[in-house]
Amino acid sequence: MTVTALPDTEPPKRGWYKRNEIAVTPWLFLAPAILFFAVYVVIPIFQSFSISLYDWDGLGQAEYIGLGNYAELMNDRAFEVSLWNNLKWLVFYLLAIPAGLFIALFLNQTVTGIRIYKSLFFFPFVLSQVVVGLVFAWFYLPNEGLLSNMLALVGFGPVNVLGDPTWATYGIIAAGLWPQTAYCMILYLTGLNAVDPEQVEAARLDGAKGWKMLWYVIIPQLKPATFIAFVVTIIGALRSFDLISIMTNGGPFGQTRVLSFYMFEKALSEYGFRMGYGAAIAVVLFLIMLVFISYFLWSMYRDEQGGR
Amino acid sequence: MRSTLTASALALTAAFAASTAFAQGDALSGDLKIFLDTSNPAPRATMEAMIDRFGEMHPELNIETTVIDREAYKTQIRNFLTADAPDVATWYAANRMRPYVEAGLFEDVSDLWAEPEIADNLASTKGAMTIDGKQWGVPYTYYQWGIYYRKDLYDQYGLSEPATFDEMKSNCQTLLDNGVKCYTIGTKFLWTAGGWFDYLNLRTHGYDFHMEMAAGEVPWTDDRVRQTFANWRELIDMGAYVDNHQNYSWQEALPFMVNGDAAAYLMGNFAVAPLREAGLSDDQIDFYQFPAITEGVEMAEDAPTDTFHIPANASNKEAAREFLRFVVSAEEQTIINNGENLGQLPVNASASIDDDKFLEQGFAMLSSNSPGGVAQFFDRDFPAEMAAEAMQGFQEFMVFPDNLDDILARLEQVRERVYK
Repeated sequence: MTVTALPDTEPPKRGWYKRNEIAVTPWLFLAPAILFFAVYVVIPIFQSFSISLYDWDGLGQAEYIGLGNYAELMNDRAFEVSLWNNLKWLVFYLLAIPAGLFIALFLNQTVTGIRIYKSLFFFPFVLSQVVVGLVFAWFYLPNEGLLSNMLALVGFGPVNVLGDPTWATYGIIAAGLWPQTAYCMILYLTGLNAVDPEQVEAARLDGAKGWKMLWYVIIPQLKPATFIAFVVTIIGALRSFDLISIMTNGGPFGQTRVLSFYMFEKALSEYGFRMGYGAAIAVVLFLIMLVFISYFLWSMYRDEQGGR
Repeated sequence: MRSTLTASALALTAAFAASTAFAQGDALSGDLKIFLDTSNPAPRATMEAMIDRFGEMHPELNIETTVIDREAYKTQIRNFLTADAPDVATWYAANRMRPYVEAGLFEDVSDLWAEPEIADNLASTKGAMTIDGKQWGVPYTYYQWGIYYRKDLYDQYGLSEPATFDEMKSNCQTLLDNGVKCYTIGTKFLWTAGGWFDYLNLRTHGYDFHMEMAAGEVPWTDDRVRQTFANWRELIDMGAYVDNHQNYSWQEALPFMVNGDAAAYLMGNFAVAPLREAGLSDDQIDFYQFPAITEGVEMAEDAPTDTFHIPANASNKEAAREFLRFVVSAEEQTIINNGENLGQLPVNASASIDDDKFLEQGFAMLSSNSPGGVAQFFDRDFPAEMAAEAMQGFQEFMVFPDNLDDILARLEQVRERVYK
């Protein structure tokens, strides 16, 4: 009796969750994201790896053939062409970054109606890639197209950009640069807002102007924007698909394919359904992307370390 | 117009009468799920009207029709046949159905083909529906291929329909001399080039050789294959085809013919409708059979057949079989293939052909002037992978004929892998 009458001096017994709240809560918040990321990204990556070891038409029995698909890729000329085209995309698509920078510098001034000009320059990025592809396909048409007509004015014969295996890929990249430049431009425009006017002032006092001012004062301050522009452009180049599908359908005779398009053709198109082979191409594409992704992650990690 | 209406009304009443007689025997009930790839407006309306007529005959049956975009259907069929199978689905004949037959996803309907009504009337397409000695579906329409040409242009230059390759070339030379291309073609999507290969190969070496090739028994580097390409090259070197054809789809190649820049088009009968819509009258367009090349080789034609199948996982196979019987019946065949509907050829020999000069010529050609045999089409006779590589090679050959050796060596590599 007496015992129960005494006031309870011990602290109330807390639940397991209460005791571990600090450690557990972040994981709880992360759980949905982790779950979906695992189900839709991580697990499929490993599935692709495993499918690429099989000969499978998507319907019947899958037959294990080890690295057979990869061995076939080594001798597949269409694969080689796609790989080279991917490289062309990577190199030339990066032109969007300097182009975007210069348009941004050009537009970064206060004149009446500058907002309208900015939105006009940004316009191509808003358009669907399919529309961009169609417009450029018409632009390039050998006889009726605007390009051929413009060249005719200057006295050049009609050119068939998309029908010529050597030029077609460059033609598509040029079409892709149009919206991508707009994207880089907007990144740089926001970056330019953050440029410190005092530094510019100081540099001016020290006699910097023109290219030197740009190179030593402005561009270093635009580093975050450049980094993002670089990331989106590289990834955009590697996943180029819509434009190719719309403008040439991989042709003429497969000379404008890139890895993603070739994978689609082999695995999912009307005449494809070699799932294993398609998966093998996807794995190669993934490994290429991995190089860039690891670099991006590493440099972001390094920045965070430095920031602390 | 009036006559077809009455005819269809008559057929309808006939069908109705037949059905009431039938319905007493065994009434169909439950659900019937039908998947169609006839997504273009005219075929879609035709099929939906046909299904309505079937529904009226079987009021107890709850019919559910799903129309899927024709291109999307080609990839979706793999999913729905395995996962959520309808009771009836459209597809294509010959090698195109082989993957599903081999995977056990199509129902064997040989029993239908044993019924006299079908056995007697559908004999001409039985071969295309047969794999391993069994039939796996029924056809519902087919159409001829051949050369559609501008009759007014031919008349203007004093040309007549060619019967031999030499006449074909001399006609072509005359046209070229007058600044008109002989043939329009758009090879952006590759298959149109397959049509040219089909005909040149069928005419150079005949149906049996063509089918041996389709079965993978002839190397692509064989001299006989080279002979076919040599014939083709004669036309290419003449400049017979429109320039830059690798940029155009088959529809985008039509204006060349409409504007009189090109005189003819090797195409399926479906090209007639857009030519008419573009303003060409029936006096301006006409049709001829692809001329003979090697003397003594029997004429053979391409006539792609569209089909209905019962998926192996279907739930109401009894109703599905009845629907297949209904589709191939003479009355329905007459209705759905007439000029107002599909505008193609009926598969039932007792059905009547619509009063259309292209259909009549096509029917006459296929029934009496194609003794060699009837092929489906390059990408339906050859296995998909071989067809894809080959058609790409044909396109390259048409642009750069000098690459032939390289192309054939590549195709031979693919052949060795595909048919192992």
